[in-house]
Amino acid sequence: MKPQLRSLLGISQLTTGQIEAILALARRMDLKRPPQLLRNRHVALLFYEASTRTRISFEFAAKALGATTTQVTPTSSSIEKGESLIDTGWTVANVGADAIVMRHPNSGAAYLLARYVHVPIVNAGDGMHQHPSQALLDALTITNHKKKLQGLRVVIVGDVYHSRVARSNAELLTRFGVDVVFCGPPDFVPEIAATLAPGVTACHDLNIALQGADVVMALRVQKERLVNKQLSVEEYIAEYQVTPLRMRLAKPDAILMHPGPVIRGMEVTSEVADGPQSCIHEQVRNGVKTRMAILATVLGAA
Amino acid sequence: MKDMDSILIYGGRVIDPASGLDDDMDVLLRDDRVAAVGPPGKLRGQGKRAFKAKGYIVAPGFIDLHVHLREPGQPHKETIATGTAAAAAGGFTSVCAMPNTVPVNDSAEITRWMQSPERGALVNVFPVAAATAGSLGEKLTNFAALKRAGAVAVSDDGKPILEDKLMREALRKAAMLKIPVVQHAEDTRLTGGCSMNLGPTSFRLGLHGMSNAAESTIVERDIALVRATGGHVHVAHLSTREALQAVRDAKKAGLRVTCEVTPHHLTLTDDTVGEFNTNHKMNPPLRAVADREALIEGILDGTIDAIATDHAPHAFHEKEVEFERAAFGITGLETALPIAITVLHQHFELPLWRIVELLSSNPAKIFNLRNRGTLAKGSHADVTIFDPKKKWTFEASRSYSKSRNTPFDGWSFSGRIVATIAGGRVAYEG
Repeated sequence: MKPQLRSLLGISQLTTGQIEAILALARRMDLKRPPQLLRNRHVALLFYEASTRTRISFEFAAKALGATTTQVTPTSSSIEKGESLIDTGWTVANVGADAIVMRHPNSGAAYLLARYVHVPIVNAGDGMHQHPSQALLDALTITNHKKKLQGLRVVIVGDVYHSRVARSNAELLTRFGVDVVFCGPPDFVPEIAATLAPGVTACHDLNIALQGADVVMALRVQKERLVNKQLSVEEYIAEYQVTPLRMRLAKPDAILMHPGPVIRGMEVTSEVADGPQSCIHEQVRNGVKTRMAILATVLGAA
Repeated sequence: MKDMDSILIYGGRVIDPASGLDDDMDVLLRDDRVAAVGPPGKLRGQGKRAFKAKGYIVAPGFIDLHVHLREPGQPHKETIATGTAAAAAGGFTSVCAMPNTVPVNDSAEITRWMQSPERGALVNVFPVAAATAGSLGEKLTNFAALKRAGAVAVSDDGKPILEDKLMREALRKAAMLKIPVVQHAEDTRLTGGCSMNLGPTSFRLGLHGMSNAAESTIVERDIALVRATGGHVHVAHLSTREALQAVRDAKKAGLRVTCEVTPHHLTLTDDTVGEFNTNHKMNPPLRAVADREALIEGILDGTIDAIATDHAPHAFHEKEVEFERAAFGITGLETALPIAITVLHQHFELPLWRIVELLSSNPAKIFNLRNRGTLAKGSHADVTIFDPKKKWTFEASRSYSKSRNTPFDGWSFSGRIVATIAGGRVAYEG
């Protein structure tokens, strides 16, 4: 018996069995003819932070399975008037949401909501903390290209410090025996980042990090995060941009991933983002399948 | 005392570090003073009320150098009446109330208001007044007027006195009045946006972390200013191994530097924040294991002068929010002695008289509270009676505080307050 997953808050709460079950279900999801597992179910999309990709991905996933969706955004509700997160959550649950998908700028917000609101909570990103559906869809993408996760070298390059994608991916992948290398300047990859999980290392030289890499995962780098840092934008690009030349340092069959939104010319060049090794479009497709699997799982319809 | 003019506490073990006394003794209180301390039986028949203390420790009343009573201005968190009721239940006969009230206690008027009988305090309240107007860190307050009104120290607690010149002037002026400057040592230029200690846990949780250096550099700066001015700095809620070492070195150099630590920093570490438990969010934050070990060492070797709670009550709606938005602070008055006994005495074998010293005689010395922190004849009739062996479970729902924000709800402890007598009046009886 697998323990029933009620809310998806972060990777650390999941057993490896639960991760494998979600991935297996996601693989079976047929986007052309999706199973109507969530007919008459209501999914609320509570987004306290701007998001296009994740929001529409969850929305498409819920609707594909037959559920209805309602978007709750700060500008269109009492959130702006100072209502607490717990009160907003209670309201959303009591009007009839069967599950709440939440994106929030504060780390831990989904955990708070799940402590008080008794419908399944799906964390669609909380501050710098977790983005579990992204890690699951990335694992799905990697396993579509690699026989097994065990022994792979995954380089995550960019602003790791601020990245919930980096944390979620590193926690998930190391559970399956992947060597995860965080790479970036010290402000983005502090030494402490290597304490995240056994199997995680920190490296400040991309040319070294990429050697032997099976997967190169570039993260978005916001220019404003480089203000008052040791590196200028030009220096960042010179040292950490993923270019065709650098991709050659990785294994010949290495894949390039990016959680989006891609800032072309910053963390990656267009040649790489659009190149033969890029899986960026596939990630987006896998995102819908994975979120279908997640919603079906937490709503007990899997 | 109105209804009774004398109490005889008999059969107990009196620990009075200030008098060098640790023996079976009876204590007679009369007219809000200690009238006599004598061998068992010798004072028999002398009190109107007799209190049997067999198996208990009879100690000078505990003094908490660091509490937030939230009055004036935030009675939804705590009032002086409820805060001192919690103090009495925790064995404290005197509490030193920090000035970050609303408005800030930067005046003689507010200082007197806090001590007015109308506040309904169950134990002695000694205000610590603001060091700068509005605690804004710009202009020093009138220390002399504040002292005359009853303030026992100055501090901008909750915030540091950051500016070098201002701190130097504060130390100089306070030294002339023989009062300490209490420093909340935090370089706020380094801690903006931070909600916990910097370490593996903060990285994992995606929270900005406060470095040890943000505390220790201020402590080191203050020690240099003490050297220059001859003033007395008291480091509030010291939490890092580096700051502790700085205090240790300063003491060796003969400087007037004292420090307190909280029970929670002696007990918990940053990894206990768990899944964003806001009852583990306070400032300074819970630190690394190595810091906690250093603080224990600092207790054992005498570098740390006092245990102070930093009792910081907050309402549910101020704590049960997103971690980064939650108020800093936890309640602590009712769990201080149980933690001291359970952690320091039972686990680290600190003698009971040292615990009494940390909770009573040393705090009295640091803030110059005359005739307190001792049971010597003629001193104030402030007495704490506790059972060092009693096992019990603390329940936040039964706290005397108005607030429930404690990480120790449901914890089992050894050591419980039996009775608290403040100014000859029974303020708490378990």
